[in-house]
This record gives sequence, structure tokens and C-alpha cells, in this order.
Amino acid sequence: MTQEISPHRRKGWMSLLASADAARLETLFARLDAPPAHEWLRVPETGGVMVRGRTGGTGAPFNLGEMTVTRCTLKIAGGTVGHGYVQGRNKRQAELAAKLDAMLQTDAAEQVEERILSPLRTERAARKDARAAKAAATKVDFFTMVRGED
Amino acid sequence: MYVAVKGGERAIDNAHAWLAEERRGDTSVAELSLAQIREQLKLAVNRVMAEGSLFDPDLAALAIKQSRGDLIEAIFLIRAYRTTLPRFGNSRPVETADMACDRRVSATFKDVPGGQVLGPTFDYTHRLLDFKLAAEGELPEAPTAPPRREPTPHVTSFLRDEDIIQTEPDSDATPRDITREPVAFPADRATRLQTLTRGDEGFILGMAYSTQRGYARNHAFVGELRIGTVAVEMEIPELGFAIEIGEIELTECETVNQFTGSKTEPPQFTRGYGLVFGQTERKAIAMALVDRALRWRELGEDNVGAAAQDEEFVLSHCDNIQATGFLEHIKLPHYVDFQSELELVRKLRREATAAQEAAE
Repeated sequence: MTQEISPHRRKGWMSLLASADAARLETLFARLDAPPAHEWLRVPETGGVMVRGRTGGTGAPFNLGEMTVTRCTLKIAGGTVGHGYVQGRNKRQAELAAKLDAMLQTDAAEQVEERILSPLRTERAARKDARAAKAAATKVDFFTMVRGED
Repeated sequence: MYVAVKGGERAIDNAHAWLAEERRGDTSVAELSLAQIREQLKLAVNRVMAEGSLFDPDLAALAIKQSRGDLIEAIFLIRAYRTTLPRFGNSRPVETADMACDRRVSATFKDVPGGQVLGPTFDYTHRLLDFKLAAEGELPEAPTAPPRREPTPHVTSFLRDEDIIQTEPDSDATPRDITREPVAFPADRATRLQTLTRGDEGFILGMAYSTQRGYARNHAFVGELRIGTVAVEMEIPELGFAIEIGEIELTECETVNQFTGSKTEPPQFTRGYGLVFGQTERKAIAMALVDRALRWRELGEDNVGAAAQDEEFVLSHCDNIQATGFLEHIKLPHYVDFQSELELVRKLRREATAAQEAAE
């Protein structure tokens, strides 16, 4: 059964799965009860996406260079369609991302949220915080020498 | 002129077999893994991604291993690979204002919101060889402090609020893509920036240095240098909305340069811009200086005839793959070309000798 999903929520989980660590995703996926079988609508393929920047950070767009992306589309038992878009060239990661995207639109959503998305989200935040904490430790504290003049 | 020549297959096969052996080196020394290259030679990986124009650290590590550490050869391998990839689309312009900064410094303002964050820098090291690195050993954990979670505003945004720096045009125009159509002159700024960001670091550095030494001097201050990760968003047609397709590391440099003014506009600072894949700050600073020098026309400055102002010179010669391809092809067989030259010189010499003898 497919539920009505807001684009905002779907964007959230697809984005999380796109930059997840492939090995970690595989481990978490194994914790699901009986993941459904699927048929391919588009088998995994690796391609490039042209990344753009803006002049001066805020101006007109320009092409910066490409990045590798792997994508696929599948249909799980019950007919729900899932899309996977992941950074890099890992076809298995794209498959898992697509399958989870489909499952998140069904009754299995709660289980996927709890056993996969939630730990991924926590770990991602911890990773970001760990880097930010090291950066914060390199922040300069300026002090001014007081000269002995009245 | 090239003429098909048969022969040499066995010599070529044997040369490549020996190359593979030399690449491996002494087999009593452990083989390098791609993960080791990716993690421990990260700045080389970054350079290969930036100039190869493809963000994929694993592929860049493979290219470095395959090329025996010859980074231009590695960049060549990445450029060749990227031509085989189908293009899925274009990202939305990345929001560098939302960058999770590992490093962020300004040479123009001491006290900026977000502060001066040094990050993992070589600056202030003594450039003395550290023989401790010759031995393996555990490292102490880097110190930490409460992390900053909110975005760090761009330094130039403060100058913009005061209206004393030139603003960038607010535009969403589709930029030209040099991987799809050849560069035409005069080139627009998007074309110049795309060419510079994948240009050879040494060439861009030399050009930037020439502006500092007086060839089209533009008095650059590093308004801001930031290194960190940004999310890359792309519109997904089958969904009808954009998702983040990944995260990339970038270095961004904004220079604040000599002011201009005119009858209609009061004096204002101008800007140069550098944005490069990975932690690549020498390249990003150099790119910003060269970008600024190339903007003489749009800023109403004089062309003083400096190399860094000549966009045809800079853009046509900064690509190390184009340059190396043309440079190195002259070592390949040119037997027929040379035969004809040889014949010509012999003929000229015969004629000269005959004329001399006749005169005597």
C-alpha cells in the first residue's frame, strides 16, 4: 500500500541515503525483517553530474566540474516504485537506496525509519560535529598587548 | 604528419609488462592500497580531482596508483574516464555560504562572525623535515572545542551591506560548458572560471604570481579563504523536486581588489573568485587572482599587455592535458616528416655549395 508522502520528507531520506557509507548501509539493511523482492525498471548505471557554482558565491552560475553518481529505479512487490541516487559508483548502494525509498512509501516505513534512517542520521550528525569540533579548536583568539603608555 | 607504420608490437607489449613491474617496485615492500592513497595522499587526490574535473576520490586514488604518482598522467586518466560517463544532469549551484567549514580565514578583517579558523593547515609549520614521520606511530587525537553548527557568513557580505564592493549579477542563466562546446573568444566569465578551475595548478600559480610582481598588478587581498563540505542538489525529473545527491569538499577564495569608480559610480572594491574541488588552497587563491586580471575589460581597465590579462593566452595554455598531449606527441615517430626536412636541408646545402663554388 502506498501512502501519500510529502516531497520534503522524501527529499530528506533520499539525500541521507545518497551520501551514506555503503558498507554501513549494507549492515543496517540486514537488520530489516524480510525486505521485499523487486523488479528493475532501470538497472543501476553510473554517470556524471555537472556541479555548478556561482561567481563570487552569489552571482551567475558556472560549471565547476563533474561528480560521479549512480542511479536506478525499481518496483517492489505491491507495486511501489523506488528511486535510488547515490554519490559515487556503488551499484549495490543505489539498489538499497531505491528499495528503501520504495519501502518508506509503504507500511514498512516505520521499521526503515527506526532501524536505518535514524541511526544513519545520528551517525552523520556525529561525524559532522566531530569535524566541526576540531575546526572550532583551531579558531584564533586574538588578544591585544597592553602597552605601557598612559 | 603521421604515417601508419607496422612493427614494434612485441616491443610495446614488453615495455608495458616492464612498466607494470616497475610500478609495483620492490615486492618485499608492501603494496599501496587505494584506501591508503585516498586517506594519506589526500592533497594529491584533490589535485587529480580538480584538474581531472571529476569529483571521485576513489577513482583519483586509482589513477595516482596507475600513473606511479605522475599527477598529470593521473589527471589524463580521469579526463579520459569522464568522457565515458553519461551526463545525468546539472546540479543546482552549490551554496558555499552554507559550507561546513574546516578552515576559514580572512586577511582583511580580524574580527569576523565565525572567526578565523585555521583548520588542518601547513601555515605556521616550520618547514623542517619531521623525521618522526619516518617511523610508524600512534597520533594523539586533535583537540576539540564546542562545534559551530550554524552557517558561516561570507566576509564579502559585510562589505556588500556597506555597498563598497562590486556586487555579482543576480542571475540564473545557464552557463556555457567547455566540455560540450569549444571555448570561443572573447570568453564570458563562466567559461573563464570553468577553464581556470580545472587548469594546471603550476600554470595558474605562475600567472597569478606575475600579476603580483607587476604584470597587470591588481592589489589583491584575500578577503576570505574557506575550505569545507557542501551538499550538492540536483533536480530529479522523475520526482519533480531536488534531492541532495552527495557532498563534496571545496576550497573557495574571494579576493578584494583595487577599487574602481566612474562618473556614475562612487569608488568601489572589485573582486576575483576562485572555487576548486577539494582542499586546494594555493590553486584557489591563484585562480581568484587570474580571474580578477582577466576581468579588465568588464571593469573598464586598461589592457597593459600583460600575459595574465590575455584570455586567449591564459585559457588556451592552462590545460595540462591539452598541453601535454601536444608537447609529448613530438616524441612519437615523425620519420616521414623528418625525412622530408632532411631532404630539404641536403638540397639547400648542395645548392649553397654549388653557388659558392661557382662564385670562386
